[in-house]
Amino acid sequence: MVPLSYYLVLSGVLFACGVTGFLIKRNIITIFMSIELMLNGVNLSFVAFAAHWHALSGQIFVFFVMVVAAAEAAVGLAIIIAVYRTRETLNVDQVNLLKL
Amino acid sequence: MSLAFQASQALPRGTDYLRILPELVLSIFGMIIMVLDPVVDQRRNQKALGTLALIGSLAAIASTLWQARAPGLAFWNMVQVDTFSVFFHFLITTITAVVILTSYEYMEVQQIRVGEYYALILFGAVGMCLMSSAVELVLIFIALEISSISTYILAGFRRRAAISSEASIKYFLLGSFATAFFLYGVALMFGATGSTSIPTIEQHLRSGSIPVLAYVAIALMFVGLGFKVAAAPFHVWTPDVYEGAPAPIVGFMSTAPKAAVFAVLLRIMFQIHAPGRLGLIWVAAALSMTLGNIGALVQQNVKRLLAYSSIAHAGYLLVAFAALPQNGIPSAMFYTASYAAMNIGAFAVVSHFGGAGERYVTLEDYSGLGRRSPVLAAALTLFLLSLIGIPITAGFFAKFYVFSAALQANLVGLVIIGVINSAVAAYYYLRVIVVVYMHDPRDESVLPAVPLELGAALAITALTTIYLGLLPGRVLDYASRSAGDLLH
Amino acid sequence: MPDNYFARYLPILIHFSLAALLATAIVLLSWIIGYRRPTRAKLSPYECGMTPVGDARQRFSVKFYLVAMLFILFDVEAVFLYPWAVILRDLKMFGFWEMLVYIGIVLVGFFYIWKKGVLDWGGASTGRGEV
Repeated sequence: MVPLSYYLVLSGVLFACGVTGFLIKRNIITIFMSIELMLNGVNLSFVAFAAHWHALSGQIFVFFVMVVAAAEAAVGLAIIIAVYRTRETLNVDQVNLLKL
Repeated sequence: MSLAFQASQALPRGTDYLRILPELVLSIFGMIIMVLDPVVDQRRNQKALGTLALIGSLAAIASTLWQARAPGLAFWNMVQVDTFSVFFHFLITTITAVVILTSYEYMEVQQIRVGEYYALILFGAVGMCLMSSAVELVLIFIALEISSISTYILAGFRRRAAISSEASIKYFLLGSFATAFFLYGVALMFGATGSTSIPTIEQHLRSGSIPVLAYVAIALMFVGLGFKVAAAPFHVWTPDVYEGAPAPIVGFMSTAPKAAVFAVLLRIMFQIHAPGRLGLIWVAAALSMTLGNIGALVQQNVKRLLAYSSIAHAGYLLVAFAALPQNGIPSAMFYTASYAAMNIGAFAVVSHFGGAGERYVTLEDYSGLGRRSPVLAAALTLFLLSLIGIPITAGFFAKFYVFSAALQANLVGLVIIGVINSAVAAYYYLRVIVVVYMHDPRDESVLPAVPLELGAALAITALTTIYLGLLPGRVLDYASRSAGDLLH
Repeated sequence: MPDNYFARYLPILIHFSLAALLATAIVLLSWIIGYRRPTRAKLSPYECGMTPVGDARQRFSVKFYLVAMLFILFDVEAVFLYPWAVILRDLKMFGFWEMLVYIGIVLVGFFYIWKKGVLDWGGASTGRGEV
């Protein structure tokens, strides 16, 4: 067996990659893909823990997370199209009508 | 395997469906609206769809009351109906009904002619209701996403305004970022205890030494939920999103999803006896109160001002989470209810006054409102006074209970920060009231009359604000009983 | 079986290196041995005999995104059919009715996008709804 910690480290690294991408990327689509990467990192740890505890439920959770992520993706892309229609750009630095 | 075995052991019973009845009612009405929307003539039947949604939310309130008589677990210990969940169901469905009432006029004035608006409010309410009754972390995650996805779309409903879609994308990106954190927390909790069911996790954590993973899990879940309730340091999205989103929706999403997320936080923090709770809450509460109030001091846009005020209020509410469970839970519940009443009221005034395209939202626009429309001005004043926490309004008792609960837990530092902040907050709320009554109107044009539905919404919120300010006993008793149920 | 878990992956590693070696060898050999007399016609992209027109990178209608998004949704929703199918016999008729309800809800979504004109590919923007 591959030890549990290997999976957990990989899932942690994936999650961290997602977080980093979210924070430093400037294109909305790339930012969005970083979020998906984070979710996939979590999925990996769900599956790893499911194997560790011999619980089938962990694998079922992954199904739910996938479906929820797909729904989120559809809504996200729709919002991105709406932004593009009004602004003609997908760079977050230029989507700045609302000051922070 | 084990799953199939369980399923064949016990199929769901009739009472299981009774225990998710409000959610079922809301989803069915939402779907009916969705099917009817493309079929009927939108121009003429816009209002009819709204009325259908209103009936749906009233039916959900009724089914909540019916459900309250049969508390218990449902669907293999995934959903729990008790006084706690009934309290939040009632709160959320009532908020939904009131927000639908405030939306009628707004939709007409802004010329948004789509029935999905109402369907999405109902779907969002489904998620929020489910969050308050779910006792299984993955179900909570799914419910959280149902409510979030609906609100992401609702935030962008002023399609002609660029700031609205911008608000929508910001809310969406930061919101999904936050849910990913929450989900990671859930996964680690599953890893630490081998279960995602809240009672099982509680038993597991109590029985042995607490694994380090559980601390990390709680912290990650707190980050995710902190984003959703706009607690500092996860609050940066709030002012932008509140400024861009349609005003009635801001009223909705600053109260109903927050109430639901606070319900989840109460379950996680108190029912699980979350390890490392105090430190997290202390920092988040102190930061939210301070940053929220300081930010609000310099705002010229009333929607942004209320956004910062909502950050600050999330901070006051979090103080209750640091207190002892038996005082903390009821005071937090009371605070959510009173905050909902006063904030929806305030945003109802903002949405009426904003006019087409939400033109009138700056503080200057509000000058002389007292002369132009005494009723609106009086209502706004009442809500703002309640947000300050003046006696005989709901805000007073809400703050009072939270701070006294914190004092009983010897959180003197936090209470001092809170009280200083309340004093600072009084300044910017009073500034609005001064502008409304003391300044000369810039624009003498006659304001459109307050329509019946909006009047009803204002009356409901104003009466609730005063009722909770004068006779808080009954609600507080109920909340205390719920706390007993939760800790049992 | 070797004790070290990773030692069991050694054949796969050997397989990969052999495949990489073979691929490099074929490309390299044809590059070294082969004749190259390029003409304009030979260099143009192969389009089944048609003369290529314009650039491959052009903007296309947003409708493609819409259809892609809807495909993702309906596709992923089918994922729940698999675990359901595995335990269908244990669930008896209850499982059947539950799945009918689920499919019904998905069909509501289908009806909605159909009526909104998203599936209407004929005329330009005949749909009443837009994203």
